[in-house]
Amino acid sequence: MIRRVLPHGLGRGLLTRRPGTRRGGFSLDWDGKVSEIKKKIKSILPGTPCDVLPDTSHLPPEHSDVVIVGGGVLGLSVAYWLKKLENRQGGMQVLVVERDHTYSQASTGLSVGGICQQFSLPENIQLSLFSASFLRNINEYLAVTDAPPLDLQFNPSGYLLLASEKDAAAMESNVKVQKQEGAKVCLMSPDQLRNKFPWINTEGVALASYGMENEGWFDPWCLLHGLRQKLASMGVSFCQGEVTRFVTSSQCMLTTDDEMVTLKSIHEVHVKMDHSLEYQPVECAIVINAAGAWSAQIAALAGIGKGPPGTLQGTKLPVEPRKRSLSPPLQEEEPDPANLEVDHDFFQEKVWPHLALRVPAFETLKVQTAWAGYYDYNTFDQNGVVGPHPLVVNMYFATGFSGHGLQQAPGVGRAVAEMILEGSFQTIDLSPFLFNRFYLGEKTQENNIM
Amino acid sequence: MAAPWVSLRLVAPMLNGTRGIHRLGGAVVPEGNQKKERTMLQFLTNHFYDVEALRGYLFQREMSKVHLKNRSFTWLEEQHGPYSAGAFFILKQGGAVKFRDKEWIRPDKYGHFSPEFWNFREVPVEAVDASDCEINYEGLDNLLLLKELQSLSLQRCPHVDDWCLSRLYPLADSLQELSLAGCPRVSERGLACLHHLQNLRRLDISDLPAVSNPGLTQILVEEMLPNCQVVGVDWAEGLKLGPEEQPQDTASPVPA
Repeated sequence: MIRRVLPHGLGRGLLTRRPGTRRGGFSLDWDGKVSEIKKKIKSILPGTPCDVLPDTSHLPPEHSDVVIVGGGVLGLSVAYWLKKLENRQGGMQVLVVERDHTYSQASTGLSVGGICQQFSLPENIQLSLFSASFLRNINEYLAVTDAPPLDLQFNPSGYLLLASEKDAAAMESNVKVQKQEGAKVCLMSPDQLRNKFPWINTEGVALASYGMENEGWFDPWCLLHGLRQKLASMGVSFCQGEVTRFVTSSQCMLTTDDEMVTLKSIHEVHVKMDHSLEYQPVECAIVINAAGAWSAQIAALAGIGKGPPGTLQGTKLPVEPRKRSLSPPLQEEEPDPANLEVDHDFFQEKVWPHLALRVPAFETLKVQTAWAGYYDYNTFDQNGVVGPHPLVVNMYFATGFSGHGLQQAPGVGRAVAEMILEGSFQTIDLSPFLFNRFYLGEKTQENNIM
Repeated sequence: MAAPWVSLRLVAPMLNGTRGIHRLGGAVVPEGNQKKERTMLQFLTNHFYDVEALRGYLFQREMSKVHLKNRSFTWLEEQHGPYSAGAFFILKQGGAVKFRDKEWIRPDKYGHFSPEFWNFREVPVEAVDASDCEINYEGLDNLLLLKELQSLSLQRCPHVDDWCLSRLYPLADSLQELSLAGCPRVSERGLACLHHLQNLRRLDISDLPAVSNPGLTQILVEEMLPNCQVVGVDWAEGLKLGPEEQPQDTASPVPA
């Protein structure tokens, strides 16, 4: 026993050895000693788990400049652009907190992955166009040394929108705006439509708009994976946990009209681990709310909406989860968003008759698989919320896109990063999407919602 | 034997396509010495920030070279007309151009070409051979100046992918011959958006590694473009004989 404990047991070995073995050389347990020395050195050297202190590798770091709540495509896009546009390499410490690392209920993974420029708002068109160029050059933007190039499986088919007599004028003006912004869309009359797509029943169709370029669908998982890989190589920390509390500090200030206003700023985020009561307080400077369908809960944690209704303090974030499977239901018949089960009868009764009418070949259609996902539905005007909150000064929103979040993620991520780093939108001006509009009642309505 | 410092190639040369930093994840399996050299590079990259940053920088530099080659020449249009501007772009890339009723103009091995085409203001370009050129989506801006193009050959272009194919529809009125043989990034999704090119008479889609099912794709493309002769793939490619079927009927094609 004594031999094992002492590292240089040479002297002791000589003393305790029996006389008969002296001639046979060292009978020390040399290999055993060497392996023990190696183990001890390894446990002291950095880079290996040290058994002395408790293991905290699953916890987020204690300080982080920016905490992004939500690890879907919007959160990752904001993180990417923050790291890309920062002035010094390693200048910003970014932490992405995602509750579910399997992304089982996240809107990104369950999304169809379509990208389309046929919107009525110029800002939406510009965001989509930028996203198309981002996806086209994705292997330059998200290049990681020694990783295989990303294959988005983009299918450049284009979207075809049909309009009846009463909507034809609106469609024409929309297409004019789209062409002005640079989208390649063309209008087709019913005859041209029949020529091009003979399998469509053009009864009741007065006008159609067809996107020729940069429209189609792609694989959202590939984009998610590519973003995560690139962010890991850029030094962004990821954490699996749930944000349960914001610790804020308030300041009462006077506006220029001599009104008292309470400005809050978040200086700590409590991240709770899965299946345990353990939480880690993360000190932070900026919090970004990219929690998708659950953004309203995160906003409520920061005290947004706690106040008399009708005031700025009392204006809640009007984003709620809405379940969507194949196509939007009518307003009165919203499906229950408690779970993500697909209502197959809905398709048979509501959707299939319209499909069969428009495309006679679909009469014999049978649904093979179906899935449902959440829209982070903005009940106010179905457009995204981007930018800082007027009262909680360091919370920025990047949510509420009601179904077109995936296709606008790169553009929105860049806009939020510019807002944080420069103080204003530099490339695409998303001021119509600021939070203020909920209080002022100014709707930025998008007419072409898919 | 090359000197050891030369063999540590940090970025693959452009001949292999811009697989530079991606090549270690690629499908090609190297043998022997190359493999040792690459794992050494991988080891260095994983353990030293400097090596990683250097490789990233070299990759970005290669990308910017491609962008430089594909910069816009549309400003030449008002001075020399669209056909000369487009022809200049192709010739600078290393491709060949044929004006109507004139001979093919090709650059020599030093990249020099005769400046006679600057005088052909009104003469449209009939055929373009852009094989092995580094044209990408932005470069197509310049190619699409040639409104009356009849024959386009994009064989073995490393940057032509599905996005580029979706951009060819402005040439629908005049394009009769298109060759995409050997383009590594073209897949069946890109081929599907060739449905705009209704005047196409000959389409070459041989040797497309990214197309998963060449035989089926050939049939679908033939159906999509009924007046077009689709060349390059045998429709029975990829089909297997069932266990009970024997190739008795000599009339039916035997899979290669």
